[in-house]
Amino acid sequence: MSNLSDERRIELEKIANDIRISIIDALLEAKSGHTAGPLGMSDVFTVLYFHTLNHRPKEPEWPERDRVVLSNGHICPVLYSTMAHAGYFPVEELKTLRKFGSRLQGHPHREFLPMLETSSGPLGAGLSQAVGMAIADKMDAKDKDRRIFCFMGDGELDEGQNWEAIMLAGKNKLFNLTAIVDRNNIQIDGYTEDIMPLESLSDKWRAFNWHVIEVDGHNMEEIADAFEMANTVYEHPTVIIAHTIPGKGVKEFERDYRWHGKPPNKEEADMALKELRTLGGKIKSEHE
Amino acid sequence: MLNPALKLNTKMFDKDVEQVPIRKGFGEGLVMAGENNPQVVGLCADLTESTQMDKFKEKFPNRFVEIGVAEQNLASVASGMAAMGKVPFITSYAMFSPGRNWEQIRTTIAYNDRPVKIAGSHAGISVGPDGGTHQAVEDIAITRVIPKMVVISPCDSIEAKKATMATAKTGTPVYLRLAREKTPVMTTAETPFEIGKAQIVWKSTKPKAGIIATGALLHKALLAAQTLEKEGIDVEVMNLSTIKPLDTEAIIALAKKAGKIVTVEEHQIRGGMGSAVAECLSEHFPAPMRFVGVRDQFGQSGTPDELIEHYGMGEKGVIEAVRSLIK
Repeated sequence: MSNLSDERRIELEKIANDIRISIIDALLEAKSGHTAGPLGMSDVFTVLYFHTLNHRPKEPEWPERDRVVLSNGHICPVLYSTMAHAGYFPVEELKTLRKFGSRLQGHPHREFLPMLETSSGPLGAGLSQAVGMAIADKMDAKDKDRRIFCFMGDGELDEGQNWEAIMLAGKNKLFNLTAIVDRNNIQIDGYTEDIMPLESLSDKWRAFNWHVIEVDGHNMEEIADAFEMANTVYEHPTVIIAHTIPGKGVKEFERDYRWHGKPPNKEEADMALKELRTLGGKIKSEHE
Repeated sequence: MLNPALKLNTKMFDKDVEQVPIRKGFGEGLVMAGENNPQVVGLCADLTESTQMDKFKEKFPNRFVEIGVAEQNLASVASGMAAMGKVPFITSYAMFSPGRNWEQIRTTIAYNDRPVKIAGSHAGISVGPDGGTHQAVEDIAITRVIPKMVVISPCDSIEAKKATMATAKTGTPVYLRLAREKTPVMTTAETPFEIGKAQIVWKSTKPKAGIIATGALLHKALLAAQTLEKEGIDVEVMNLSTIKPLDTEAIIALAKKAGKIVTVEEHQIRGGMGSAVAECLSEHFPAPMRFVGVRDQFGQSGTPDELIEHYGMGEKGVIEAVRSLIK
């Protein structure tokens, strides 16, 4: 039995759909960028920003805010789109993605968009920074007041630095830290289990003294409950392994690793937008 | 003659000159910085005593984080702590930090604009018996190339203490280059120190060359100046402890006065302090130069003195460089 009401779930699903539409719009304008990861993580980002997170989009510097670190910076279209829909900046600005002078750099850069917690792109370094934030809050006895979240890709777990950070977080029992792994099973060169097998992934995290929760990354109730559960675990940091479908929401893009690092062209974007606007054909007119 | 305005250690040319490791000054400075600012924290990668962070750990156990042998994590965890308002100092050997974790320093510290202070101990060839794997002679090159990074290479333990306390206040990322072995104490508590300010430590009215030194080799440069003076060759010697931002005004002024420049550093001549000086002079006041440093080689085991002599960075090497330049 989920803590999330049906009404709230439907509301979140609608927001996630809007976020996906904005991702496609932005990628079409940018003519480069990543498609599969952002679409796949839209549901988890929606739940975090519109349900779980303690934040003030109109006051991004609010000191008591929860912190969100995006380690796999290449999925930033979903971060930007979610932040825009949450009210951090105008949705219209998403169309400047990857363009000269834009605040929305190809990979997140705080110098251009100071409301970001970290700059990122080079893989494997985000969790270390989130661990540093969690340690600092523990030092200052603020670890019960705010939470640190870190989004990570599954492919980036190939990077050894992650395991250094995972060890340190386990050692320090950083219960104020929640990592979210986008388990979509793809990376640039192919499927993760062909490139560098990660399984049994949950056992690996558990062996490093983390609390592990596995969820369907497109089930709003499961995602919301996992964030809630993570907040109750006291002896360990928590990792939420979110099983997602890369490209989720657009049938043509789903489960195909070739969509990892390319944007849709005009035709593909039109098709994707039509599918998203009609909720996969469930409603007849995309304007309804 | 020694510049009296700098209140230097007048016994520095004595046979029994006081010798203290530069890293020790860092350890003392860090404790002071910690006392001055409760946000100062220390992180170490399993070399706490060796890098002299142990004093800080003893005094502020709750503000110390043991990272284990994981230098990449060391850099990025510190970045995260800086994001929460801390002023983190991270220590390891220079070969591993900023050596192994260069990209983490570049992206998660400098690109992120986080004021993490990277103290690289055991820099230079004078690490001695540990051999070439542990002798960082590339660290100045790889740190000064990073935007926003300040690079400081103190000449002795007293300057290292002052530099450490000063870096805690910069609000920028800083690389502090420290050495392992005991080296002569040339400055005193009264000697002024300011990040970004070079100092003329040996003055001359009509110098035939200017020697610019950084780190403990400043002592070799001063010995050379003293010997050359006896031969009737006057030089001026500059202590360039801040390599970035470079005190271009002082360097240009020295080049204008002396006409020719010799740089002295315990580092590869490619990309090091001498290269920084050459970049400055070739643009603003081209002057003939000689570079004393390691010439595209790795180090090896030996005593610090043997190695300094072998690689041509001792008093003799500096004198030869000056002679060949003014010939």
